[in-house]
Amino acid sequence: MSHKNELTLSREDIVRLCERVEGAQTRAYAIPKLTDEYPAMTIADGYAVQSELRLRYLAAGHRLVGWKAGLTSKAKMQQMGVNVPSIGFLTDRMARPENSAISTADLVHPRVECEVAFVMKKDLHGPGCTREDVLDATDYVLPAVEIIDSRFSGFKFDLASVIADNGSSARFVGGGRARYVEELDLRTLGVVMEKNGEMVAMGASAAVLGHPAEAIAMLVNILADMGEHLPAGSFVMSGGITEAIPVKPGDSVIARFQELGSVSMRFV
Amino acid sequence: MNEEKIRQYGDELFDAWRERRTVAPLLEREPDITLDDAYRIQLRFIERRVQAGEKIVGKKIGVTSKPVQDFLGVFQPDFGQLTSGMVYQEGDVIDLGTLIQPKAEAELAFVLKHDLKGPGVTAMDVIRATDYVVPCFEIVDSRINDWKIRIQDTVADNASCGVYVLGKTKGDPRKLDITLAGMVLEKNGEVHSTGVGAAVQGSPANAVAWLANTLGELGIPFKAGEVILSGSQSALVPVVDGDELVCTVGGLGSCRVKFSGRSAV
Repeated sequence: MSHKNELTLSREDIVRLCERVEGAQTRAYAIPKLTDEYPAMTIADGYAVQSELRLRYLAAGHRLVGWKAGLTSKAKMQQMGVNVPSIGFLTDRMARPENSAISTADLVHPRVECEVAFVMKKDLHGPGCTREDVLDATDYVLPAVEIIDSRFSGFKFDLASVIADNGSSARFVGGGRARYVEELDLRTLGVVMEKNGEMVAMGASAAVLGHPAEAIAMLVNILADMGEHLPAGSFVMSGGITEAIPVKPGDSVIARFQELGSVSMRFV
Repeated sequence: MNEEKIRQYGDELFDAWRERRTVAPLLEREPDITLDDAYRIQLRFIERRVQAGEKIVGKKIGVTSKPVQDFLGVFQPDFGQLTSGMVYQEGDVIDLGTLIQPKAEAELAFVLKHDLKGPGVTAMDVIRATDYVVPCFEIVDSRINDWKIRIQDTVADNASCGVYVLGKTKGDPRKLDITLAGMVLEKNGEVHSTGVGAAVQGSPANAVAWLANTLGELGIPFKAGEVILSGSQSALVPVVDGDELVCTVGGLGSCRVKFSGRSAV
């Protein structure tokens, strides 16, 4: 992968790769990472494929409900050799209700992460969006679990490929208790993820870029690079506080958050 | 293990502590040493410190997280005794020259307003007996070569206790979610690691209840006014001259500590 962030793919290549990712997402099968075939793929190429994918889903009648930030922990960014998070889009088809049974038949190798989610009351435009701008534009925050599912074999990928695969977005569950940001210290919220009654992951919200609103600000600035903005009403997930935990049919998951209640689900 | 050997090893650890040097793991030399023997050695080590002029001011609970228990091959915490010579106030600079191979851990400390006498103590009794909780740092240290410890080594070595610092923000555990309170540890202005109360035995109050019950069986008093360090909620952080650490417990407050000088190793 080139470190220069320029578009290298032709329009034809973008459509071809988009169809490949769409097939893998829709029919739940693993594909080799895209850079195996296009080793020069850049981050810009990844976002070009992701945008094509988003437009296709929207044309098919899916509703864009928001965005997600990924690779928001220092450890994950260092691992991928980047200093900015990645982003992906969220549609109504990915939403699952709290306390529901979530099918794994339409997923490849799902994993769950605890996140703080933001719901916006004002439009946000980059570049130059700051943490303070995000807090000012936030209607409320709530706890969420993201179910990520890389479509790449063995969860092995590079940054360009994972961005093209919409940041491994698959499903999400928002729930718990909605809160105003003024009433919370968003930096120090503790979380515990339990699977089948056992604690499997723990952390505090500062694991996300020191403060989850920082991740939303970076997301807005990446959107600006793509010529997009974050509209009022958007649901935005700020990135995993805890490591991603694999789930399979029969597993029951509960994410417990300080001040925000809990989000639970089971997998069938 | 006979009384003579208990004294010999307790004295050896006391001398190592006083002279800021390490000794070979006890388990290498005494493969049959039991956990009971290890606690008796610890009592001897502490007895020597008390004879040298210190007072017992509290207890520390260690080995409270699953990864550490898995590493040491045990299924329960351990404990050590806090003495008056280990106490730093928030804002003090910790002189690394008094330590051997220190590492910092961020914890929640309990201060009791009633005695807790086990067995039979539950987490609910702990909350009831608690005057307040504060964020704190424990600076663990080992008198054993290169931290090559098994459970018997660390127990004999007073649960690898070094020194500790209590934060100034006192919280009422009835008003604070001590189980889900986040723990953020910053080193020199950057987030180093995060954790949560539940990392300690499911809840720090469970660890304190375990201690009350264990002390009850051993006939060791657990008195009002004592400080209890309930167990690490963070990663272990090695510290060197000039380092500054801050730990923040969500909904409670912070404890800040600076280090200067050079440790022995």
